[in-house]
Amino acid sequence: MTSADRTRNGNDWLRDALPKIVLSPSFAIVVIFVYGFILFTFVLSFTDSRILPSFGFVGWQNYERLFRVRAWDIAVNNLLIFGSLYIIICCALGLALAILLDQKIRAEGFIRTIYLYPMALSFIVTGTAWKWFLDPGIGLQAVVRGWGWESFTFEWIKDSDMAIYTIVIAAVWQTSGFVMAMFLAGLRGIDNEVLKAAQIDGASNWALYRRIVIPQLRPAFMSAFVVLAHMAIKSYDLVIALTGGGPGTATELPATFMYSYTFTRNQMGIGAASATIMLMSIAAIMIPYIWSELREKK
Amino acid sequence: MASNASANVIRTGSGSRFIIYLLLIFFCLYYLLPLYVMVVNSLKPLSEIQAGGMMALPSEWTVSPWFSAWSTAQIGVEATGLRPYFINSIMMVVPAVAVSTVLGALNGYVLTKWRFKGDTIVFGLLLFGCFIPFQMVLIPMARMLGLMGLAGTVPGLIFVHLVYGIGFSTLYFRNYYQQFPTELVRAAMIDGAGFFTIFRRIMLPSSGPIAVVCIIWQFTNIWNDFLFGASFSDFDSQPMTVALNNLVQSSTGVKEYNVHFAGAIMAALPTLLVYIIAGRYFVRGLMAGSVKG
Amino acid sequence: MGFLDIKNATKSYGPVKVLHETDISVEEGEFLVLVGPSGCGKSTLLNMIAGLEDITSGDIAIKGRSMNGVRPAERNIAMVFQSYALYPNMNVAQNMAFGLEMHGVPKQDRDKAVSDVADLLQIQQLLDRKPGQLSGGQRQRVAMGRALVRDPDVFLFDEPLSNLDAKLRVDMRTEIKKLHQKLGTTIVYVTHDQIEALTLSTRIAVMFGGHVQQLGTPKEIYDSPANIFVAGFMGSPSMNLFPAKIGVTKGQAAAKVELADGKTASLPFPSDSPMSKHNGRDIILGIRPEAITDEDGADRNSNAIHIVNNHVEVTEPAGSDTFVVSYLGGKEVTGRFRADVDVEAGQTFPFAINMEKAVCFDPETENRID
Repeated sequence: MTSADRTRNGNDWLRDALPKIVLSPSFAIVVIFVYGFILFTFVLSFTDSRILPSFGFVGWQNYERLFRVRAWDIAVNNLLIFGSLYIIICCALGLALAILLDQKIRAEGFIRTIYLYPMALSFIVTGTAWKWFLDPGIGLQAVVRGWGWESFTFEWIKDSDMAIYTIVIAAVWQTSGFVMAMFLAGLRGIDNEVLKAAQIDGASNWALYRRIVIPQLRPAFMSAFVVLAHMAIKSYDLVIALTGGGPGTATELPATFMYSYTFTRNQMGIGAASATIMLMSIAAIMIPYIWSELREKK
Repeated sequence: MASNASANVIRTGSGSRFIIYLLLIFFCLYYLLPLYVMVVNSLKPLSEIQAGGMMALPSEWTVSPWFSAWSTAQIGVEATGLRPYFINSIMMVVPAVAVSTVLGALNGYVLTKWRFKGDTIVFGLLLFGCFIPFQMVLIPMARMLGLMGLAGTVPGLIFVHLVYGIGFSTLYFRNYYQQFPTELVRAAMIDGAGFFTIFRRIMLPSSGPIAVVCIIWQFTNIWNDFLFGASFSDFDSQPMTVALNNLVQSSTGVKEYNVHFAGAIMAALPTLLVYIIAGRYFVRGLMAGSVKG
Repeated sequence: MGFLDIKNATKSYGPVKVLHETDISVEEGEFLVLVGPSGCGKSTLLNMIAGLEDITSGDIAIKGRSMNGVRPAERNIAMVFQSYALYPNMNVAQNMAFGLEMHGVPKQDRDKAVSDVADLLQIQQLLDRKPGQLSGGQRQRVAMGRALVRDPDVFLFDEPLSNLDAKLRVDMRTEIKKLHQKLGTTIVYVTHDQIEALTLSTRIAVMFGGHVQQLGTPKEIYDSPANIFVAGFMGSPSMNLFPAKIGVTKGQAAAKVELADGKTASLPFPSDSPMSKHNGRDIILGIRPEAITDEDGADRNSNAIHIVNNHVEVTEPAGSDTFVVSYLGGKEVTGRFRADVDVEAGQTFPFAINMEKAVCFDPETENRID
C-alpha cells in the first residue's frame, strides 16, 4: 500500500464516520447529563446523604421514611387532586373552545391569539398576577365588596382546604388555550366528506359531534393527556409563585417537596427518593407514548 | 387551515351563532383579565390598589412603578431593581438558544439523512431527555457545576439550558428534515457535495421556518425557566424569573403591588413580543413539541 | 468486457436478499432498461450502480474500473430522479451548475456548459427561475439538463416519467429517445412501465423477486419471453396463457385446446416447430391478443393461421380495435379484432389464431419450452 493510498483510506474513514462524529457530542451530553445523572440520583436515594451526597447505603430506608412523612402524603394527594382537575378541565374547556372556534368564526385568528398568549408567559408571571388577583385583601373579594356586595367572600388562597384549587385555576388559565389549539388542529384534520355523509344519513349537529367528530379526536386527546399529565407532575414554578406551597404545606406538590427536602431541609436521600418516584411516574406516561410515536413513523 | 373548518359542512342557525360569539367573547375576557389587571395596576399609585380599586382604571396615571421596578426596587438585599437580572437573562438566553439550535439542526440532519443502525434508539434517548422531571438532575448538576467552576454563574446557567435544550431542538429539526426529500441529498452526493456542503447548500437554505420555530421555543422556555435559575444561580447571576419571584415574595416592608405588576410585565414582555410577532411559529413549536414522532 | 459491467452483484439487507447474483454487461451507447413490478430490485440495482447503496458481493465496473468503495461523486455518473430532486433554493442555472461547481470546474466553463445544454434542451428562458416556478415537464427537462451538463460516462434514470400526466409522459418519452439517438450516451433506465421499456430501450432486463428474469432486445423479450412472468408482464393487454396438450401426428405437432363449449380444437404449430419432440406433454400455451383476430385481420404473411369457431363472452370496443373475450383451455382469452368487425357477445364466431406467434411454457418450471 502506498502512502497516498493510506491517506485516501484515512480520508474515507473520516468521511464515513463524520455523521456519527457530529452527533456524538450531543449523544455524550445526553448520556452523561440525563442518564448518568438519573443513575446518580437513583443511587443517592439508597444512601444516607444529608446536606451533601454521601455513599453509606441504607437500602430502602429513604423510601420507607418518605412514605411515612406527612408532607409527602399531602404532596401526592395534592398532585392527584390538582392533576385530575387540571387535565379534565383543560380538556373540556379546550374541546369546547375548539368546537366553538371551528364554526367559521370571523376574526378566528385574533381570538386564537388571545386564547393562546398565556402559554408564552412564565409561570412566575402567571403566579404573580393570580396571587394578587385572588388575594382577599386587594383582589377579587375586595373589588366585589367595593362594588357594594359587602358579604362577598372569596378566600381560597388563604384557606388550607381550598388553596390547591387556586393552583388549578391559574394552571387552567395558562394551558387551556394550548389544549384548544391541539383540538382545533384535530378538528381541521377530519375529512369533511365523512361529515357530509353523516348529514345525509340524517345526523343532527349534536349527534355529528358526539358520534363522528369527537371519536375521531382520540389522538388529540391522547396528546393532550400526555402533555398535561407531564406538566402536572413537573409543576413547580406556579406553586412557588402563587402560594409558596402554603398556607402551611397545603399546596405542596412532589416537585416542591423534593426541592425543599433536598436543599433547605438537608434530607438529600429522601429528596432523591422523591425525585425517583417522580421520574417513574413520568416514565410510565411518556415511554409508551414515545415508543408508539417512533414505531408508527418507521 | 380555515378552509377546512367543519362549519363548511355543519350549519348553525343565527340564534346559536349569537350564543357562540357571546361565549367566545366571554372567554376572550377571561384570558385577558390577568393581563388587564397587571397593566392597569402597574400604572396607578399603590393607595388606589389598597383601597380596593384593582379592577378600575387608574384615577391618577403614573409610570413610577415601572421606574421603581426597573431600577430601584429592593431585590434580595440590594435595591437595584430588575435591570441587572433582565441583562442576566439576555446573556443567558442568547448563547444557549444559538448553540442548542445549531446542534439540533446538525443532529436532525444526521438522524434523517445519514441514518445508521440504532439511530432510532439514539433519537429515543434524546427525546426522553426532554421530558424527565428535572428534579432528577438537580443534585448531580449542582455538583458538576461546582467541579467545572461554573456554580452560581451565568455561563453555568447557559450550560445547563444548552444541555437540556438539545433534545427539543433535535426533535424539531429531525421531524422537519424527515419530510425533506432524501432524493435531493442523493442528487447532491452524486453531484459531489460532501456532508457539510450538503448541509450548508441544500438543507440550511430550506430550514428557515423550523429554525424560527426552534429559536422561539428555546427562547420562551429558557427565558421562562425558574427551576434551574433558582437552583444554580447566585444573587448576581439570577435570571429575571427568579428576581421577580424574590421581589414579589419579599416579606420586608410594604407590599408594592403596582411595582410587582410592573416587574411581572417586564418579565413577560420579551416572550410576549415574540409571541405577538411570530405567533404562528410559536404555535407550530408547541404542536410539534406535543404531537411528536 | 463492456462499458458498464455488473458481475455477480448481490444486495442483502441483513438476512433478506433483495438482489440475487446479477450479471449484466452494457456496451457504450446502449440504452438498458430495468423493468419490473415494485420491489423487484430494479431501483436497488440502479442505486448500487450510482454508489448510493453498498454492494453486498460481486462487482460493478465502469470503463473497466471497479466501483466498489468508490463514492457516487467519483464515479462520473449522473442521475435523474423520480421527483427530479431539483434544489429548491437554487435557480435552474445554479441547479445545473452545482455538480460542476462541486468538482471544481471554473465559473466560465460552468456557464458555457450550462448554456450549451440549455440550448440543446431549449430551456434557455428558464435558467433564472426557481424549481417551484416550473411545470412538471419543465422540471423534467431541467433534471435531464443537470445530468447532461456533467457529461458523465453513464446516465442513470430512476422512473423519471412516473410523475407526469399521461400525455406529457408520451412526449417526454419521445424526447428522451431522440436525445439518446443524438448524443449516443450510455443509459441505465429504471421503470415499472413495460411500454416505456419497449419503446426506449436497446436492451431490457426484466426483473422480478430480485432476479433478472430475462435480458434481451425488446423484440426478443416480446416475441420469445423466457418464462410465464415475462410473458405476462410485458405487453398490454397481456399475453393470453392457457393450458394445452401437445399432440404429434406424422411429425406435425399441434396444441390440443379445450374450447368454450367443451370440445377440443387442434391448433397445428408451424412445420419447423420444435414442439414435435414433445408428444403428449402438458404445456401452457401463450398467444398474444394480436395473434387472435378475425379472419380478415389475420397476418397474411403467416402460414400458420388456424380458424377456430368459439363462443364470444364479451366484446370491448376500444376505438381503433375491438377486444373480444372468449374461453380457451378454461381460461379467459382476449383477441384483438378490427374495429369494424360485426361481432357480438353470445355469438359463436370464427377466431383466426396465428400459431407462428405462439409460445409454449412448462406448467411446472414456468420456463419457455424450445
